[in-house]
Amino acid sequence: MIPVLAARPPSWSGFGIDGNWDVVWYYTVAHLRITALALALGAAVAFPLGLAGYRWRRSYPGILGVTNVLYTIPSLSLLVLLGLGFGLGLLNDRPLIVALAIYTLAILVRNLVEGLRGVPDSVKDAAAGVGYTPRRSLLAIELPLAVPAIMAGFRVAAVSTISLVSVGGVLGRGGLGFLFFEGFRRNRTSEIIAGIVASVLLAVVVDIALVLTRRVLTPWTPARAGRR
Amino acid sequence: MTAPPAATADPPAGDVAIRLERLTKTYPGASRPAVDGLDLTITRGELVALVGPSGCGKTTTLKMINRLIEPTSGTVWVDGVDIRTRPTHELRRGIGYVIQQAGLFPHRTVGDNIATVPKLLGWDRGRIAARVDELADLLRLDRGLLGRYPAALSGGQQQRVGVARALAADPPVLLMDEPYSAVDPIVRAQLQDELLTLQREVHKTIVFVTHDIDEAIKLANRIAILNVGGILEQLDSPAEMLRAPRNDFVADFLGDDRGIKRLSLMTVEDASLSKGPVVAESTTAADARDAMAALGYDWVAVCDGDDRLRGWIGAAELDGADTVGELTPKPFRAVVTADTNLKAALDGIVSSQTRVAMVVDADGRYLGMLTVDDLAEGIVA
Amino acid sequence: MSTLSDTIGWLTTAENWWGPTGILQRIVEHLQYSLLAVGLAALVALPLGLVIGHTGRFEQGSVALSGAARAIPTLGLLVLLGRWYPVQVGPVIIVLAVLAIPPILANTAAGIGGVDPAVRDAAEGMGMTPTQVLTRVEVPLAAPLTLAGIRSALLQVIATATIAAFAGLGGLGRFIIDGFAVRDEARVYGGSIVVAALALVGEGLFVLAQRSARPAGLPRRRARLLSTTVPIPPTAGGVST
Repeated sequence: MIPVLAARPPSWSGFGIDGNWDVVWYYTVAHLRITALALALGAAVAFPLGLAGYRWRRSYPGILGVTNVLYTIPSLSLLVLLGLGFGLGLLNDRPLIVALAIYTLAILVRNLVEGLRGVPDSVKDAAAGVGYTPRRSLLAIELPLAVPAIMAGFRVAAVSTISLVSVGGVLGRGGLGFLFFEGFRRNRTSEIIAGIVASVLLAVVVDIALVLTRRVLTPWTPARAGRR
Repeated sequence: MTAPPAATADPPAGDVAIRLERLTKTYPGASRPAVDGLDLTITRGELVALVGPSGCGKTTTLKMINRLIEPTSGTVWVDGVDIRTRPTHELRRGIGYVIQQAGLFPHRTVGDNIATVPKLLGWDRGRIAARVDELADLLRLDRGLLGRYPAALSGGQQQRVGVARALAADPPVLLMDEPYSAVDPIVRAQLQDELLTLQREVHKTIVFVTHDIDEAIKLANRIAILNVGGILEQLDSPAEMLRAPRNDFVADFLGDDRGIKRLSLMTVEDASLSKGPVVAESTTAADARDAMAALGYDWVAVCDGDDRLRGWIGAAELDGADTVGELTPKPFRAVVTADTNLKAALDGIVSSQTRVAMVVDADGRYLGMLTVDDLAEGIVA
Repeated sequence: MSTLSDTIGWLTTAENWWGPTGILQRIVEHLQYSLLAVGLAALVALPLGLVIGHTGRFEQGSVALSGAARAIPTLGLLVLLGRWYPVQVGPVIIVLAVLAIPPILANTAAGIGGVDPAVRDAAEGMGMTPTQVLTRVEVPLAAPLTLAGIRSALLQVIATATIAAFAGLGGLGRFIIDGFAVRDEARVYGGSIVVAALALVGEGLFVLAQRSARPAGLPRRRARLLSTTVPIPPTAGGVST
């Protein structure tokens, strides 16, 4: 369901916002696409890493250490190193997506492990006692009960990623980041502000969507107002 | 007093459901085994309580039966089969397991919780639904609760669901690990009574771990008292153990009110009754005083024409009356029937002014009198 | 790979290090911006966090604030600043400081607020004045988390200051931005490596500081519960948003 983008992106005309809504929309969609790909990639890597850290306790500090070190590398720096160093090139979205995915690892892995560890021991004991194999217990009991913690991490990762995408604007890319790039070069304040507003709105919408998703996935917890 | 080697008492007749043979568990890094060479035989249909101080290995032993803990050495036989020869999860699906915090799956409804093992075994939906309903009734759970989540239930209800879940696939053996320790005393007593009733209906082989000797005495067919390190000190029926504790450790563990505990296992039917100073309403005051004097009491009990007990009258009140019937008798504080527990009877006796309990039948007709001496005789016998 | 050798060459050429646009100068600039911004942020956030944690009010608000701050695209903000106050360092520092407030605030509040009430009671019961309870009990116990918040903020500022070069600021980002403009890969690469190294060294120093600040005997995994309530994981933070 990756939205198909127009072959040629619409250009900003004039100095005001009027008549440029299609531009904002175009780049918002591009922004969302990058975010989704980054989150998917991050989750795909974080999931096995987290399960490994949960299953083999001694590996966890090491895994956490690696993700934290990666998280420490400043965004622009990582973007550049990925683009040039890994041959991903700097004129497409790939280094940005990979960089963003790497940043999500730190929080996703940690929340997955803590969420699994947070399942009460008595429940894990009971699951083993009724005859669940370790694999089925993980799938049927432990992971579902870890969903609140996983989703909390996912929300933070999603919002962070959305705002990070625009760093790509330094290189002329990055969804709404392009509006910052262009707006700065062409002295168009309205373009910049439009980009900021759109980015924040996108983050809010995605956050709410994730909260609702979590509520749907965990019908056994009472909905708590204002709980992060 | 040195304890003679604790030979296991011969198990009651019946086939062997569970046998522990030289069962040992030493945790890595520990200097002594948690359970050291335990031998224990449990027959089908009996409830055996594993009791002992903390560190005696009772929970460890229990968990070795369903392999939640792997023994260091020794064998466990369930239904004549060495449990190591079966895949672990298969073994556990054939054994019910109830724990202290119930361990209900919070993300599943009560009904789904109960249906856990049948689902794992692949029963069809109709059969599962029928079984869940059946268990809800059996465990006195309102069927309306089946669709709700565990968080909405009280502690006692959660425990009942835990038991229902354990019984769902109708396993022959039930393992219970301090299941009632976390609920308040009133609920605990209810759950214990319900377990006794349940056991009368389903006759499961139950291994019950508890640190509460009174609970063990109330529930168990036989009690296994374990000392630190899983050493079996005595294995006997509650009455027998209370009557003859094998050594000081067991005696201390049973508590310093052993005699009274034994009373709680007996009923009025087991006791011999005394003759009491009982007169009819038509008796004259003078004859009443004679009756008192003959037996050495300062009061008389009054019965009506149908032999129904009406109450008692003190000697002083007889002054100024012609017949006993003119006066209003005071009701007896302690009135018991044949199935009254002797401990309750004792409590009534010591709380009454007359220092006796009057035994009546179902219609309130006088049968005899129970004194403290009568009860003491029962203990010594 | 020629780029690699070019980069190594760039990094090891002495003259690239000295002078008003040399690596050393840029490092110093970068550090100046970062430390100043974090210092300003701490000035505001520490007392505020103390109050919030101590009184327990607005604790949810401080958490929500952190969450909201995370949603702001900083490049946009910086670029806007670049338009309104071109080539002025002051406003950039202020913005960097403002962005650094939420992590310090949330962590300090959580740290103080997370002190076991029983411990607080015991302290008061022993006869400590409220101020003494604060300074002798709450602050030491909250120190690890507070430091984690400052660490997180510093990392974030270092990263954001790098990006600020796009809007005209000095610092290590200049190598990346300017190098990219003229397709000087060695410079872009080299600058990235230096700033990454700076960030890692900073983190390393903080880890040491946290270890020595932790009161002996405090269990390590206190952070377990907090990871879902404190928005920024205590050990993370190199991300500029």
